[in-house]
Amino acid sequence: MIEVSGVTKAYARTVVVDDVTISLQPGGITSIVGANGAGKSTLLSMIARLVGMDDGHISVGGLDVSSADPRELARTLGILKQENSMPLRLTVHDLVSFGRYPHSRGRLGPDDHAIVDTSIHTMDLDELRDRFLDEMSGGQRQRAFVAMLLAQDTDYLLLDEPLNNLDMAHALAMLERLRHAADALGKTVVMVVHDINFASAWSDHLVAMKDGRVVAQGSPREVVDSAMLNHVFGVNCAVSVEGGCPIAQYYMPAARRTELVRAELAHAEQSRTDAL
Amino acid sequence: MTALATPGTTATAPRWTSRRRLLLLAALALASIIAFLAIGSGGDLAFTAQLRGTKVATMVLVGWATGVSTVAFHTITNNRILTPSVMGLDALYAFLVTLLAFVLGVTFTGQLGPYGSFAITLVLMVVFGLGLTSVLTRKGSQVHLLVLIGIVLGTLLRSLSSLLTRMMDPTTFLVVQGNLFASFNAVQPMLLLPAGVLTVAGSWWLWHRRHELDVMRLGPDHATSLGVDWTRMVREVLLVAVVLVSVSTALVGPITFLGLLVANIAYEVTTTGRHSHTMPMAGLIAITTLVGGQAVLEQVFGLATLLSVIIEFGGGLVFIWLVLRGSRK
Repeated sequence: MIEVSGVTKAYARTVVVDDVTISLQPGGITSIVGANGAGKSTLLSMIARLVGMDDGHISVGGLDVSSADPRELARTLGILKQENSMPLRLTVHDLVSFGRYPHSRGRLGPDDHAIVDTSIHTMDLDELRDRFLDEMSGGQRQRAFVAMLLAQDTDYLLLDEPLNNLDMAHALAMLERLRHAADALGKTVVMVVHDINFASAWSDHLVAMKDGRVVAQGSPREVVDSAMLNHVFGVNCAVSVEGGCPIAQYYMPAARRTELVRAELAHAEQSRTDAL
Repeated sequence: MTALATPGTTATAPRWTSRRRLLLLAALALASIIAFLAIGSGGDLAFTAQLRGTKVATMVLVGWATGVSTVAFHTITNNRILTPSVMGLDALYAFLVTLLAFVLGVTFTGQLGPYGSFAITLVLMVVFGLGLTSVLTRKGSQVHLLVLIGIVLGTLLRSLSSLLTRMMDPTTFLVVQGNLFASFNAVQPMLLLPAGVLTVAGSWWLWHRRHELDVMRLGPDHATSLGVDWTRMVREVLLVAVVLVSVSTALVGPITFLGLLVANIAYEVTTTGRHSHTMPMAGLIAITTLVGGQAVLEQVFGLATLLSVIIEFGGGLVFIWLVLRGSRK
């Protein structure tokens, strides 16, 4: 259970997270969506204690993130950051091994090595395990950092833009793995996702943020509609339901989007008059 | 054939290379110590040990303390160019010596006694370092801010020192200047015990925390996420590094570039980058440089110049090279 209550964060005079209170049930995938600068990443970083908060408190799995033992926290929650710059020259294997630090305190046993190997395999990195991070593409590096997060083996996984730099196949594979982690292993996954359609198709719970506040939350079916997209992202587009989940039709130019919105409204009007 | 090695061996191979090189360096350091004692002794090591023992012990202490503390300092500041002494410690030492000479006159070292001046400089440098690290207790402060404050304070202290030397009589000035170049020739034997105890304690603490330091190389965010209490660790490591550097400076005077030189050689030589390898490696390289260099200097060049002058020259060149290489990236 992740409980965020009355959390506020300001940089100088700009309030980026404004009195946010949410509570996320254990298990499943929660996606935080919103426009650039809505405070999603800051909120995620505060939950992961990478950024201090000005007011309020946050607990993850019963541990207060600002006062609990750092080691215990590191065994409870792990985070993938949006920018993963690395000052060091490390191989994939070295990086993933660091994920075991909260458990092994630097002395890797046979179990630790096994988990490292499994994580590397899960992220499809077997052939790259001895490659240096600075010699890999952005997407490959992204997968290496996720492998490190998996090796950390925490109950709570926080991911900031996990689909960054990934091609279509790897993005889908990543989401499959997160789904597997949530469903089969009982992990709680919280991620910031850019694409509303990925969020809608893969999450159990959505949290929409605008200007540092939570403006909507619930299942994708409850939350995603034209009005919400207009309010949160400022984009006017139609939403169609495909395979049980709402999909925003926003990839096309404005003229075509407006056309679709009109068609949707006409359709809604039609079904209302039919009902009467 | 090596390309066919199994994944398991590729992970351990660099560790073995590093270990072998560490042993090699330990042997080199030992050889230079023996050479220093043996050259010109006529085979009577016990006799030269009495004569040159203090000097060797001093060089071993200073070398080890400088090497180990610089590596730890590089880790917490996430850079390879700054050293604890750059942060104003050298300037503070110079200012203290100048001030003491100015107030007490030309005989200041005699008046204070060896323990007196060692204790005064050590305590004040540690207090200065602690004052700097307290900047970190405030939220959001960065290590770089701290280093910057140190550099600015260092400049202020240097200006004050030069003001004092302008008002000094020439004889006192010469004595002060002699004190400001690191010299292993005039160390009081009784200072070795307290200096040794502090160095061993500091090194033991850093060794104890070597795995945590390894994780800190990943940067603050990753380290925090992996369970390292970043701010607390930075403060503690800084304190230990300041104590180690202060011990060596109070013992022989400032050697600004020695740490930089040996730490960077250690990074190149070790293949794993683990602190269990880089810290002792840097310490051993420093010992070899100091003791071996002094042996060559005394026996080959007949003590025509101070070793520290040569080290500063070489270290300065490495520093410029590092800056240029860094700016090209």
